[in-house]
Amino acid sequence: MNAHFTLDLAADVRELLAYPFMVNALQAAGIAAVMAAVTGWFMVLRRETFAGHTLSMMSFPGAAAAALAGLPLAAGYFAFCAGGALVVAGTGVAGTGSRPASGRGAEAQRAAAIGTVGAGALAIGFVLLSVYGGVLENLESLLFGSIFGVTRGEVLTLAIVAVCTLACLAVLGRPLLFASVDGMLAGASGVPVGAVSTAFLVLLGLAVAATAQITGILLVFALLVAPAAIARELTPRIALGLTLSVVFGLTVAWLGLALSYFTNYSAGFFTTSAAVALFALARAARRLGVVR
Amino acid sequence: MAVELRDASVRLGGRSVWSEVDLVVGEGEFVAVLGPNGAGKSTLLGVLLGLLALERGSVSVLGGGAGAHNDRIGYLPQRRVFDASTRVRGVDVVRLGLDGRRWGVPLPGAERFSARARSERARVAEAIERVGASGYARRPIGECSGGEQQRLLIAQALVRRPRMLLLDEPLDGLDLPNQASVAGLVQEICRTQGVTVLLVAHDVNPLLPYLDRVLYLAGGRAAMGTPAEVVTSETLSDLYGSAIEVLRTSDGRVVVVGQPEAPHHHGPRHELRGRGPGQVLG
Amino acid sequence: MVFEAFFANALLAGSCIAIASGLLGWFVVLRGQVFAGDALSHVAFTGALAAAAVGLGLRAGLFAATVLVALVIAALGARSRADDVSIGIVFVWVLGLGVFFLDRFNSSGGGSSATIAARTLFGSLFGLTAGEARLAALIAAGTALALLAVGRPLLFTSIDAPLAAASGAPVRALGFAFLILLGIVAAEATQAVGALLLLGLLAAPAGAAHRLTANPYRGMALAAGIALLAMWGGLALSYWVAALAPGAAVILVAAGIYALTMVV
Repeated sequence: MNAHFTLDLAADVRELLAYPFMVNALQAAGIAAVMAAVTGWFMVLRRETFAGHTLSMMSFPGAAAAALAGLPLAAGYFAFCAGGALVVAGTGVAGTGSRPASGRGAEAQRAAAIGTVGAGALAIGFVLLSVYGGVLENLESLLFGSIFGVTRGEVLTLAIVAVCTLACLAVLGRPLLFASVDGMLAGASGVPVGAVSTAFLVLLGLAVAATAQITGILLVFALLVAPAAIARELTPRIALGLTLSVVFGLTVAWLGLALSYFTNYSAGFFTTSAAVALFALARAARRLGVVR
Repeated sequence: MAVELRDASVRLGGRSVWSEVDLVVGEGEFVAVLGPNGAGKSTLLGVLLGLLALERGSVSVLGGGAGAHNDRIGYLPQRRVFDASTRVRGVDVVRLGLDGRRWGVPLPGAERFSARARSERARVAEAIERVGASGYARRPIGECSGGEQQRLLIAQALVRRPRMLLLDEPLDGLDLPNQASVAGLVQEICRTQGVTVLLVAHDVNPLLPYLDRVLYLAGGRAAMGTPAEVVTSETLSDLYGSAIEVLRTSDGRVVVVGQPEAPHHHGPRHELRGRGPGQVLG
Repeated sequence: MVFEAFFANALLAGSCIAIASGLLGWFVVLRGQVFAGDALSHVAFTGALAAAAVGLGLRAGLFAATVLVALVIAALGARSRADDVSIGIVFVWVLGLGVFFLDRFNSSGGGSSATIAARTLFGSLFGLTAGEARLAALIAAGTALALLAVGRPLLFTSIDAPLAAASGAPVRALGFAFLILLGIVAAEATQAVGALLLLGLLAAPAGAAHRLTANPYRGMALAAGIALLAMWGGLALSYWVAALAPGAAVILVAAGIYALTMVV
């Protein structure tokens, strides 16, 4: 790969787009970023960041189970992330033993439950892995993705999943927002809060599964949490927040790819660094009163 | 009749909360619901909204069964405080009161094409204006003070132009000036729009100037009438089944002495309230 | 049970780590810092890679990284509880660094990154030498004792920070100290059960204990006890079923116990 970073941005972009593998990577990253940005915005609003991270870890046993069963990896990813979402949703519904049913105590208990589910799923994944006899060579791509190897077919699948997920989110839109901001009143006003919450978690799981196949398990979380966090620092408005989240998601994803192409370091590193830097800037802007 | 309960009894967690309750609330009345902790005041609102079923008796709300006309009722649940990190604007919270139940999303720029969208935006602005919250409605609601949040929540309850308001301890946690102004606001809405109001409170004093009638729940029973009729030593002693004394101070305030507290699970905000030996009514 | 050397080592290190994790975990759940604990365990992974890339021993990298990030998280939470998003961003940053060091490690030809990754991610309880086991036991035991020493004030500040501060308890300092202890145990336990699974040792026994009792001191003891039970059960299972790695077995037993408390 003869990568040469000139200061002529137009020429650089043209060089990037000259290679089909690069175009595929940009498309895949872009679609994943948009889907993650929108889903992540709701995730951050609902304070379900930990759940989102746990769901992304579910891809690991999913991949191991699929390999063991001889099924395509994607099936494993989707099945385990969606199934995991249902289990996590269940922890919200189940009672909390000797502790009260709401407030900080219940939140912490729920976190313990989610942590247990996550660790348990990883342990199962590891066991399946040993039984399968070691996909350890692919561990790196499992964890960090292989975005430069994306095929047209994978881009298409990703696009379909993204469209479906976003469509479902659009339908859930207002009741989901209502339930997230004001669960008590929403329930009293007739919103099926439990069903809406479960539906969201499943959508989150599907988005995570689709994205993880491209960016790897560990970095899905970056696209999920960072753009949304940056947007929320800059504005409390809903439509504007979602838009900004998408903009920042695309920015860090494509920036990461471009920098990776020109410097040979991994895209994930550049994406996460850009995301963290932008967040720090946004937080500083808010603290200094530059934005409300 | 806005509300009618006949021989109503309700049970929660295996224990009878109140029973054989008969009450009638006329349209446009301002009624305070009083009583000690655990007496079942919030339970009453739950029954009227159809969220809780009666064990015995009948209930009629706005001419239909409980829960049949909830879209014409503005409800303010108890103890809602948005913590400081809630990054949603007050105006959006009020908006959710209007359309939060509708599936789908509002299209950006819909106001330009749809008269309905325009009228909805106007309604939200009108409700916010009504409660005097226009100055801070565009701030994140988590950054607003307790009184400001309460006004925005009342706007949220008002935005559907309800025929009835069910407010569960809206004055809880507000300082005295704010209590008076919120109570005054509620009464103004009641009078000018003919909205029936049931307001659960701990202390009748901020409400005395505005009330029509009082519903006092205690000892599993209810007494209803004007404050002068209900908040007396005789009536309350009869309700509680023990000696209660009602004192009237020289400036018109009412103090109730001697009431036992029902065992009650205290929520976080209640734990912040101080309690003295001779508790002011509530 | 045949007390072969490798098993004895695993038992020694594992038991001490289990007790420390159980005790710490009980506070972690109480203080609502489960996500922070998860973040710290993943940090250990990055720390190990960084150390391998730079050429230090694995251990040094682990401890340095986790304690450093523990301080960062504690500082973030100084004014109010560090919210999920802040921890999430720290998490993202640490993962990015991990990727960077993985690159450096690969390009510097330092050997199979897969082995290092596997070892840090999944632990190697049965691969400990006697010296490593003794060191692990010492560190874990030391942390457990330190925690017990500050136990009561820590409990006070965790349940009612404003009141504790008003009566003179050093709320901030205790918060920092707690996260540092957590970081140390995270780094240590990573070698036992691995970075990915550590959360299970912190969350499951403590979660189960919180479900079973509201009495704090009984809860602490229960959490430690359940963690110990999970450790012994897991080691025994793994000993008899060769295909089952010890770390995974321990977590599965712990999760199973937690699941039981959901039914009870």
